[in-house]
Amino acid sequence: MTATRGGASPAGPKGQPAQRPGALGFLTDTTLCIGCKACEVACKQWNGLPMDNIGWTGNSYDNTGDLGATTWRHVTFVERIADQAGRRPATLQPFQSNWLMMSDICKHCAHAGCMEACPTGAIVRTEFESVVIQQDVCNGCGYCLPACPFGVPEISDTDGKAHKCTLCYDRLTDGLEPACAKACPTDSIQFGRIDDLGERATERVASLRERGVEGAHVYGDQDVGGSGGIGGLNAFFVLTAPPEVYNLPRRPELPQRKSVRGYLATAGAAVIFGAAAFFSLRER
Amino acid sequence: MPGLGARLGRGAATTTQQSLAESDCIVIMGANMAENHPVGFRFVMKARERGARVIHVDPRFSRTSALCDVHVPLRAGSDLVFLGALVNHVIQHQKYFREYVVHYTNASVIINPEFKDTEDLEGLFSGYNAAERRYDPDTWQYAGQQTKPAPEEDPAQSAEPRPQVVGQISDPPQTDPSLEDPHCVFQLVKRHFARYTPELVERACGVPRTLFLEVAEAITRNSGIGPDGVDRTTAFCYAVAWTQHTIGTQIISCCALLQLLLGNIGRPGGGILALRGHSTIQGSTDIPTLYNLLPGYLPMPSSAGEGDRSLEDYLRHYRPETGAWHAMPNYVVSLLKAWYGTAATPANEFAYHLVPKIEDDYSFQPMLLMMRQGIMKGLFCMGQNPAVGGQNTVLARRALATLDWLVVRDVHEVETAAFWYDAPEVRDGEVRPQDIKTEVFLLPAAIAAEKEGSYTNTQRLVQWHDKAVEPPGDARSEAWFLYQLGKRLKELYAGDDSPQGRQIAALAWDYPTLDGSSSGDPDLQEVLKEINGYTVADGQPVRDFTALRDDGTTAGGCWIYSGIMPQAGRNLARSRKGDGRASLEWGFSWPANRRLLYNRASADPQGNPWSERKKWVWWDAQEGRWTGYDVPDFPLTKPPGYRPAPGAKGLDAHAGDSPFVNMADGKGWLFAASGLRDGPLPTHYEPFETPVHNLLYPQQPRNPAARHFPRPDNRYHEVGDARFPYVITTYRLTEHHTAGGMSRWVPWLAELQPEGFVEISPELAAIAGVDNGGWVTLSTLRGEVEARAMVTERLQPLTIDGQALHQIGMPWHFGFGGLARGAIANDLSLLVEDPNSLIHEAKSFTCNLRPGRLVQTRAQAGAQTGALRR
Repeated sequence: MTATRGGASPAGPKGQPAQRPGALGFLTDTTLCIGCKACEVACKQWNGLPMDNIGWTGNSYDNTGDLGATTWRHVTFVERIADQAGRRPATLQPFQSNWLMMSDICKHCAHAGCMEACPTGAIVRTEFESVVIQQDVCNGCGYCLPACPFGVPEISDTDGKAHKCTLCYDRLTDGLEPACAKACPTDSIQFGRIDDLGERATERVASLRERGVEGAHVYGDQDVGGSGGIGGLNAFFVLTAPPEVYNLPRRPELPQRKSVRGYLATAGAAVIFGAAAFFSLRER
Repeated sequence: MPGLGARLGRGAATTTQQSLAESDCIVIMGANMAENHPVGFRFVMKARERGARVIHVDPRFSRTSALCDVHVPLRAGSDLVFLGALVNHVIQHQKYFREYVVHYTNASVIINPEFKDTEDLEGLFSGYNAAERRYDPDTWQYAGQQTKPAPEEDPAQSAEPRPQVVGQISDPPQTDPSLEDPHCVFQLVKRHFARYTPELVERACGVPRTLFLEVAEAITRNSGIGPDGVDRTTAFCYAVAWTQHTIGTQIISCCALLQLLLGNIGRPGGGILALRGHSTIQGSTDIPTLYNLLPGYLPMPSSAGEGDRSLEDYLRHYRPETGAWHAMPNYVVSLLKAWYGTAATPANEFAYHLVPKIEDDYSFQPMLLMMRQGIMKGLFCMGQNPAVGGQNTVLARRALATLDWLVVRDVHEVETAAFWYDAPEVRDGEVRPQDIKTEVFLLPAAIAAEKEGSYTNTQRLVQWHDKAVEPPGDARSEAWFLYQLGKRLKELYAGDDSPQGRQIAALAWDYPTLDGSSSGDPDLQEVLKEINGYTVADGQPVRDFTALRDDGTTAGGCWIYSGIMPQAGRNLARSRKGDGRASLEWGFSWPANRRLLYNRASADPQGNPWSERKKWVWWDAQEGRWTGYDVPDFPLTKPPGYRPAPGAKGLDAHAGDSPFVNMADGKGWLFAASGLRDGPLPTHYEPFETPVHNLLYPQQPRNPAARHFPRPDNRYHEVGDARFPYVITTYRLTEHHTAGGMSRWVPWLAELQPEGFVEISPELAAIAGVDNGGWVTLSTLRGEVEARAMVTERLQPLTIDGQALHQIGMPWHFGFGGLARGAIANDLSLLVEDPNSLIHEAKSFTCNLRPGRLVQTRAQAGAQTGALRR
């Protein structure tokens, strides 16, 4: 699979792999998000997920924390109301800048670290190009956890297996859109063909920038969010602040890439030490 | 919603949520639309995408503010100063839509020269009776008219929108179309608001004048006479954060006044969207659960004085000679036929004598006191949780504990059913369960998906829904419960010759059941047919309300819903065909499927659209009828140039340029000659509890007509009481529904907001010495509660008349039951009423805040705490 790097292709946003025309996924446009969490609830309801450990965090309106075994959609809240002098602005930057809300989800990476790390073959790529953990195959080894640069899969305390978003595989096979997209009242979560969504995201960013949202950008192409061998995300985002603000890595990398470097370094060290040992032993 | 009814004629949103997408400017004030109306907010987002300016005026920076272009933080309870200053700005800068104002409002009418304004009488209008804390509105009438508003002024009646007999034009009022006469409405309005200036806004609301002017500029630029001519419209959205004040009705009526001046009523993308707080709360005033209205906004007869002893008396009092309400005998008689069937005959005035008459204020708050005093001995509680959601819930739970019996029908064991063993005062040991004699019955209720029925949403749109699954166990629908209860009452009272017995025996109560058995669910299609109205002889539905008659040949349960079932079996509330605009085939919108009310005003006096971009309904001269995208809210064939003959009655008395068909004179009322209890013009009074003196009328800090209930268990804070320096406002969160009965027990919702909390600014946190997540105790003279503090920049101190003022926010969802629990915010609030709507004041009262938990701080606070103990 060869991925184009840089420059928007007609089939998708900058760096989006263009050769999987059937791929389905999400565009989550934070500039349309009102933080209602209908996506979180719809996801849990459709997928029959239990509530997390209940508890008030005091961290804005976020009481579910992060993505995990029983939270497959999660809305992040970031309050950035006052300026450095403590003044609250009245005229706001357009399109949500002072109280950021972002509905996070599994990115269904084009090259998925979790899938490559899975030793049992439980994690598969479906006909929709989504990444799904087959619960009857997963043995709960947990290798997928560190292999995900976004911290998405989690081992459930209940069954000891890894869980994450399935892109509502069961709904897709019945021709329905995923529950979260269906529930979103403002179309912040848009579901569709990746190439269409990519085009839409590029247009949206251009339009937002035209209207003064200078920070608008796509998260999930091969430069930002889908970098480092991931080859782009099948669930990407329109953001208005740097990715770090939303607790997203700017340039994630497939851990497997690091492992090649690690193997090489280990091999190199072995050669050097071996040579050193050989020479030192020979001199005796 | 008397605020809209008194000026426009109907107590309902004038516009639709979909129409907001066509707005050029949207002001959301007194509402947190993104959080509490998230689905409707999509149309605000659409408008914004099309370039509309969206402004949120609110004490807190909420999820709504985050999506707006401008957030204006103002002091809770100062809304009327802000709106009044907008009115003043529009008049002083000649930004009003003159042609609209002259033709479509009562701006030119000369008012009784005896009328005295608040500017003349230091905060009072003429006619004030201090002993009874009420107004005699005789001097507020049109010059030369001396119509007695009759029993409406009975204190038992709230001023819900109802037929107005004042302002009739059978005797045309004097007018001055030049709007120069000092006694004409326009001049009175101008003078009344002259002191509502940007400077006053800065001092009283804490809003910098530049920011105020930015808002004023945005609104006027995007209304009738802006630089783009008549192509632009501005909409206002409000919810209960305007309603829940002792001047709530006047805040809303001030918005109606402003929108009339700007020519925004009746035009697409304009109007006032009253965002209703619960599903079908609009329906519950249309076919009311209110004590003082009959279905379709017909007045409830009263037993006070000469009053309404006979149908003839009733009609004499309430039926105006002119305007749409002149047809009210058709509606009343049809209603009586629907209720009493064969027992209603012309000979017995259609059994009018059987309709219960009210004697007193039976609204929610006085009802609590009647329970507490042992006057009211039993209570059915359905879809309400007054142990948490009422005001002064400490008192409310005591009131429940005084009842003989209490029936709670709900989907969970809400606090109102569990108060006797689980309330804070029981856990504290102050009250022992064995001392509570109330017998509590908890009956399981079906939720929406488990029953068939309809919702009437925020824009009067009735939408039918089917039953998806059977309710579990013994859970039943409300329709089943009430129908079966009625049947049992009829059995119980069979042969009883007492007045109550005769009332019950006469009721027509024989709906077919779905399964044909006597214990089955009533067939709601039959109920809907009765609501729609039918011909008695053949049982066929009437096509609309013009077919209802006052001779007993038709029956109809709610005239404004007539047309919802125009033929047998054809339920328009079921239809779901949208066209992206008026969508006339999506559901049914009362009256007569009209979507934008007063839409005659979308055309100019000659009947042509004011603008091509905002055309909606117009006169087709060739066809000789009104036409357009919507159902015209106007007599279809009345030409724009029509002028009434002397002595004409009903709608025939209105000229062709009178869009407000329910008003006696067909005009929008800038000056409300009747219908409002606390004055014909909106006036700012401070909340009943406030740290601030009234900068406009120092002699009148509070609404002089507000109803109050001073009692040892409902004590009030004096204006500026230093013990209670903070303003507190209560509100809802997206994640929960009202008093929590449908959400706090649901795991997926409970985890999203799992615990009660209060929101305070970092500045107040520093003063109080509280960190984010730390405990605080809030106190008033009604009660004390503890909660954890969310310290957030979304709240900010305001400078009010030179002094820093801190506001505290507290969601009121929480209670002691369910998964998501927390202190009951309403343990702090007070019983007090707006004189028109009889609504409480939860959006602005005062409290104290101290760091630490209740038990620790009670000991430390010593004397004060002792005084506060219940």
